[in-house]
Amino acid sequence: MLLVPCPYCGPRPEVEFRCGGEAHIARPADPDALDDAAWAEYLFARTSPKGLHAERWLHAHGCGRWFNALRNTVSDAFITTYEMGQPRPDIAGDR
Amino acid sequence: MRRFSLPTLLAEALNAHTGWSRQWRNPTPKPAYDVLIIGGGSHGLGAAYYLAKEHGLRNIAVLEKGWIGGGNSGRNTTIIRSNYLYDESAALYEHAVKLWEGLSQELNYNVMFSQRGVLMLAHNQHDVQSFKRHVYSNRLNGIDNEWLTREQTKEFCPQLNISPDIRYPVLGGALQRRGGTARHDAVVWGYARGADALGVDIIQNCEVTAIHRGPDGAVTGVETTRGPIGAKKIGVSAAGHTSMVMAMAGVRMPLESFPLQALVSEPVKPCFPCVLMSNAVHAYISQSDKGELVIGAGTDQYVSYSQQGGLHITTHTLDAICELFPQFTRMKMLRNWGGIVDVTPDRSPIIGKTPVKGLYVNCGWGTGGFKATPGSAHVFAHTIARDEPHPVNAPFTLDRFRTGRLIDEAAAAAVAH
Repeated sequence: MLLVPCPYCGPRPEVEFRCGGEAHIARPADPDALDDAAWAEYLFARTSPKGLHAERWLHAHGCGRWFNALRNTVSDAFITTYEMGQPRPDIAGDR
Repeated sequence: MRRFSLPTLLAEALNAHTGWSRQWRNPTPKPAYDVLIIGGGSHGLGAAYYLAKEHGLRNIAVLEKGWIGGGNSGRNTTIIRSNYLYDESAALYEHAVKLWEGLSQELNYNVMFSQRGVLMLAHNQHDVQSFKRHVYSNRLNGIDNEWLTREQTKEFCPQLNISPDIRYPVLGGALQRRGGTARHDAVVWGYARGADALGVDIIQNCEVTAIHRGPDGAVTGVETTRGPIGAKKIGVSAAGHTSMVMAMAGVRMPLESFPLQALVSEPVKPCFPCVLMSNAVHAYISQSDKGELVIGAGTDQYVSYSQQGGLHITTHTLDAICELFPQFTRMKMLRNWGGIVDVTPDRSPIIGKTPVKGLYVNCGWGTGGFKATPGSAHVFAHTIARDEPHPVNAPFTLDRFRTGRLIDEAAAAAVAH
């Protein structure tokens, strides 16, 4: 089980959280303007990287707040967390 | 290839078994091949076998970054069944079961396919209705599946606790008698031996690091840890690492890779007659021919390539198994491990062409790829050789996520599978 660093409550066990999947996938402002390929890209295409992954977490059984995290998908180590709406921190390295 | 038979076995028995040769060669890669398969698991080796056997291609190589069968082919719980709800899935998985039924003879290699029956338990009214719908749908597709009452499940699997006062009471079950298990290592070895005998080069410890494309966009070869290798066609059969391999060709996939865990107990004498699944409590259990109880758990909620998952996932499964089978509460678990499974949004696989000319992909099997091995390999070989899908895998395109023609087994089963 992961120890998830909630930026508001501190480190808590993973069972208190829901992982919300890949971060920074914005809903297109004007869906009607998209063709099927672009809409499929928004709905279904995911990066699933081996290395650093920006993802959303919800502290469901805690403060109830969403936050973004940068986590290494090989070691499962959390590198940093940041607020929803903030850009992905510029951290190099994929291990 | 020296065929296995009673005379060769007797001859070797008298010869202290010193006359057996290696089952496949260990070749150095040639500069170029007609077809490269990336991924030396059972699906990839099987595809190479059928390309050579049924489509007459001889200049084929399988590239494996580790050793063959060291990935998900050796990490699954070996369950085989075809009782899927939708017509497309039923056709695909039944194609596989039919090939399983003759696979040991086909490969001259005992894959220990055992049709001991797969029983899926219903624990609530929704399960009952959903499974009965599956039974009727399967029968319309010519696939055996039958409904068992609570008492009949106990008759079929006497170890089952059907008391009405347990946490997840058993209300009945759906039984596919032609379902069962096979020895997963033997499947890999059998296909490797068969493919090698037909001239396929199996190249291990050879990780693909780039995919090269020509001016017209078509693939021209790959860069590997053992040097560049040219290719006219490339089939990607890389399971959990498909997203990365496809990214080398500039294709973004509708996939996410999660750890899926399994575990085995200490080996004991035969004590469990069938394969038992419970979607509601998420437990899979059977007994291997070595005597270990083989138990499958669920996936973790986050993308990971760590090949290990959270202990709470396995604990949840073991809690359920101990309640359903009180006799197992004192069993010791020997090993647990994780495999990285590539999951599609509709929980159905992708087998077909890609936007890149000469590049084909077989992926997205999620938590249930082993059962489909021969069928998947067979139709993937057809797709690569003819540059068009076999009727069985025609619906399982990458393009279905654009057209919206999803095959939503996730909704049908209400569980990853």
